[in-house]
Amino acid sequence: MEKKTPLYDMHVKYGGKIVPFAGYLLPVQYGGGVIAEHMAVRNSCGIFDVSHMGEFFLEGHDALENLNMLMTNDFTDMADGQARYSPMCNENGGTVDDLIVYKRFDDFYMIVVNAANKEKDFNWIKDHLTGHVHFTDMSDKFAQIAIQGPAACNLVSSRSAYDHVPVDNYTACFDAEWEGIPCVISRTGYTGEDGLEIYLRPERACEMWELLLDAGRKVGLTPCGLGARDTLRLEACMPLYGHELADDISPKEAGLGYFIKMDKPDFIGKQAMLAQQPLTRKRVGLKVTGRGIIREHMDLYVGDRKVGFSTSGSHLPYVGAPMAMAMVDMEYTAKGTVLEADVRGRRVAAEVVATPFYKRK
Amino acid sequence: MKILSNLKYTKTHEWAKFENDGTVLAGLTDFAQEHLGDLVFVNLPEVGDSVTAGEPFCDVESVKAVSDVYAPVSGEIIEVNEALADNPALINEDPYDAWLVKIGSVEDNGELLDAAAYDTFAKEEAED
Repeated sequence: MEKKTPLYDMHVKYGGKIVPFAGYLLPVQYGGGVIAEHMAVRNSCGIFDVSHMGEFFLEGHDALENLNMLMTNDFTDMADGQARYSPMCNENGGTVDDLIVYKRFDDFYMIVVNAANKEKDFNWIKDHLTGHVHFTDMSDKFAQIAIQGPAACNLVSSRSAYDHVPVDNYTACFDAEWEGIPCVISRTGYTGEDGLEIYLRPERACEMWELLLDAGRKVGLTPCGLGARDTLRLEACMPLYGHELADDISPKEAGLGYFIKMDKPDFIGKQAMLAQQPLTRKRVGLKVTGRGIIREHMDLYVGDRKVGFSTSGSHLPYVGAPMAMAMVDMEYTAKGTVLEADVRGRRVAAEVVATPFYKRK
Repeated sequence: MKILSNLKYTKTHEWAKFENDGTVLAGLTDFAQEHLGDLVFVNLPEVGDSVTAGEPFCDVESVKAVSDVYAPVSGEIIEVNEALADNPALINEDPYDAWLVKIGSVEDNGELLDAAAYDTFAKEEAED
C-alpha cells in the first residue's frame, strides 16, 4: 500500500494525475500536461513535491571518516552549509545509489537519497559504519519541495525577510525561515536549471506550497509532476538510479568520474574500479535519426552485433526531438557513430551525440 | 470528456465513423488522448495493410509511454492521416478531427458501442 506524501491534498486540489511511484502516491502530471510543465521550468519556474526522497542524519566524531569510506567523492574540505553529490558503490564497483551529502557543521551531515533506495541505502550504510557515529532515518520528519527554473530563486528571495536563500550552487541555509516557516533552503536540483530545494516539517508543507504558488503567480510558477521531472533531468543528461546507474553499472561507466576521487586512501569499490580499467563500455547520448522513440532498456545494434542498451529515452520537449542515453561498448561510443535500437521489433536508427542535450545559459 | 453521437466506439477507446461510401474512419477518443497525455509520435500503418477488429494496427507514444491502437473493424487500410506524422499533438487538440486511418473493404465489426453506452463505459473506467 503506497504512502501519501504530506502534499497529497495539494496534488488532488491542483488536478494532479496520481500514480504509485517508489512506494508513494505522486502526480505524474497536472492538467496542463508534461510538455507545458517542462517548458515552464525551462522558461520561468516550476514547483515539485519531492517529499518521497530519503533524508538520513549522520552525526558523531567519526562521521567524516565514514562518509569518505562509503562514498566515492571526498568530503574532507567541505565548509559548513555545503552540499556535495556522490555515488555510493558496492565492493564490485557497481552503484548502490547516488546521493547528496550536506555538511551542517563538523560531525553533523545530512544524506539525501533516492526514494526507491531508501531502505537499501539505510541498511547498507548502517552495516558499514565504524567508530563513533549516530545514524538516523529522518525521512518521515521532512517534506521536500523543489522550486526550479530561471525565476525560482528570485521568487523565493522576494518573500524572504532575511537573506535565507543561498547564493552559491550546492550550498544550503540550514536555519532558514520563509514566510514564518522554519526550513532548510538548498541551492540544488534535478532539472538542469538554477533552483532551490526546500526541506521542512511535514505539518507545514501544504501551507508552504500554497504560499509559494501565491508568490509565483506573477511569473507563472507551475506545479510539475514526475513526468516533467524525468524529461527535465534527461534533457540535462543527469543520471537516474535504475537507469544510468545500477548495482551492476559503475559510476565510471556512467561518466561520473569527476565524483570519484581515486586519490583517496580507500573507499568501498575502489579496488574493483582499479581492476576495471580501461573501461569496456560507457554512457553516451543518442539522437534518434529514424522514426520513433527509443525508451529505456532497448537493445542497441550495429548490424547484427548487440553493442549495448538504452538506459533512458523520450521525446524531449525543449530540444523538441526524441533523445536517449545508453550504455554502449567502448568501440561504438565516438560521436557520429550510427546505432540501431530494437523498438518493439522494429529497428530505429540513432546517432551518438554530445551530452548534455540541454545546458542552461 | 467529449463524445460525439454520430460515432461508434470500442472498449479500448477508439472511435469509428461509418461513411456513406462504406469506408470507416478510425481515431482515438477524447478519453484516450486525455489519459495518454501529450502525444509525441504516431507509428502509422501502411496503406494496403489489412487490419482485424480488436487487434492492434498502430501505436502512439506520449512523453511517458507507448500505447497500441486497436482496429474497430476488419478491413484494409486505404488511407493514413500523414498530418499526424509531423504533428501528433493534433490528436490532443481535436481527437475526433484527427483521424488515424481510413479503412476500406470492411468485413466485420468488432464489439462497438454507441455514444450513450460508451459514455457509461468510460465513466466507469475513469472511476477504477
